[in-house]
Amino acid sequence: MEEWFDAKLQKNEMIEPKDWMPDNYRKHLIRQISQHAHSEIIGMLPEGNWITRAPSLRAKIVLMAKVQDEGGHGLYLYTAAETLGTSREEVLDALHTGKAKYSSIFNYPTLTWADIGMVGWLVDGAAIMNQVMLQRTSYGPYSRAMVRICKEESFHQRQGYESVCHLAFGTPEQKAMAQDALNRWWWPTLMMFGPTDDKSPNSAQAIKWKIKRESNDQLRQRFVNQTVSQAEYLGLTIPDPDLKWNEERQAYDFGTPNWDEFAAVVAGNGPCNKERLAARVKAHNEGEWVRAAATAYALKKNEVMSAA
Amino acid sequence: MNKQEALFSYTLRLADNGLILSQRLAAWTGHGPFLEEDLALTNIALDILGQAKSLLEYAGQVEGKGRSEDDLAFLRGEREFYNTQLVEQPNGDYAKTIARQYFVDVFDFHFYTALANSKDETLAGIAAKSIKEITYHVRHSGSWMLRFGGGTEESKQRLQDAVNDLWRYTGEQFEMNEVDALLIKEGIAVDMTAVKAAWDKQVINILNEASITTPLVAVMQTGSRQGKHTEHLGYILAEMQYLPRVIPGAKW
Repeated sequence: MEEWFDAKLQKNEMIEPKDWMPDNYRKHLIRQISQHAHSEIIGMLPEGNWITRAPSLRAKIVLMAKVQDEGGHGLYLYTAAETLGTSREEVLDALHTGKAKYSSIFNYPTLTWADIGMVGWLVDGAAIMNQVMLQRTSYGPYSRAMVRICKEESFHQRQGYESVCHLAFGTPEQKAMAQDALNRWWWPTLMMFGPTDDKSPNSAQAIKWKIKRESNDQLRQRFVNQTVSQAEYLGLTIPDPDLKWNEERQAYDFGTPNWDEFAAVVAGNGPCNKERLAARVKAHNEGEWVRAAATAYALKKNEVMSAA
Repeated sequence: MNKQEALFSYTLRLADNGLILSQRLAAWTGHGPFLEEDLALTNIALDILGQAKSLLEYAGQVEGKGRSEDDLAFLRGEREFYNTQLVEQPNGDYAKTIARQYFVDVFDFHFYTALANSKDETLAGIAAKSIKEITYHVRHSGSWMLRFGGGTEESKQRLQDAVNDLWRYTGEQFEMNEVDALLIKEGIAVDMTAVKAAWDKQVINILNEASITTPLVAVMQTGSRQGKHTEHLGYILAEMQYLPRVIPGAKW
């Protein structure tokens, strides 16, 4: 069986839900896909934070539609995780009890309106690097979910960049707001790609299984290369004194993120870890009677139907 | 009051209903009772905000003073808003949000169906487009009314409480003043008498089906047609409008 599985990976064929797969491959995927789904759902909170304060009707519509898209991504990822034999209740329970992780970036606060643009431009931009790669991931349902998600994410990133453009080319107050937001979001965004390759415990196996196809450092480098010229165009300064073009490597050299901060946020001690989880738990608990009512009503209707 | 002033006031009234209701609904985004419902409610909020945006844009054109939809949304004060007091009521629990939504959805369904025949082509066009969305909204909120009424004891009690709280704000939807009188003569505005009859029938039917007692309220709240609101509106506007007021003249 294992040989059949390996041969399939070798030929770059997709693994499908009914196929045999090693237990650890299944476990790795359940963990990765559900974390990814949780990230989408938790990610609704920092952005949703600004919906009622969006400064124009168009900006409000764009933001609401975006946050709704994130929820939709969460939904198809939960569904993809279910094809591996887990249930929504199980994965939500793992989130609510703090057992499951989600992307650390969402533990940072959105303090000003400029943060919403930054989340679109930088955070979605970084997420896309990872997600484009995952379109070719070896597990079929995950790969297909990513194809759909990528289309919407690249749209979000353009909208985020457009929003930052309004600020960068706007009034002095707007430009200052954008620079301040860039200063706060730059390093956390670089940390989104995860630890450096020599310190990433799950990466090697994931690459072997073709779940991941590029390393954390490769993706991080590509993101920096792409983003620097965009910041230059906007007239914004990337807060890294070590950032410079390396002719030999044909890539930007850049400084080292504060990995102690990363470790602290992952361990639950970031600025908003408690608030984010508390908001999800509150919504879930307060929704309990709503879900119970829907279930009870559906049962009664079925009884009436079968009695008739 | 001339026809142009009446049309401005009338369009603004419709726009403000959507603007304020969508502002309330949007606060649920990311906090809904379960994911599918979170997405559905956000979708409804987006439809309603889209309708409000078109109406505000048109109101600005009718007024002819160069005010954009954003100027009208973000730079008017509490006494210049004409939405009903119903739509500014707090979200409360999900039963209150749904009851408020159902009362508005049924109103909108009958109102916009009639407005689609308006002699004002822009209003008729916006109405015709909105009807498709509103048809879905009524189905959504109506099915939750039945689920809550027929679900558990708790859900039924919560819905009954919500209906009791909100009922006194429902009458205002049908009020007519000199604006309506003038525009009805022009074939532009909708006669609320027929809308009220249709609303009463449909809402009382669903309350009966959901085993919810229809409240007996002697006095309906009033005032929004004169820009008089509940205390809630000031807070809604403070939150919604603060940024364009902090950096005046900025583009977003």
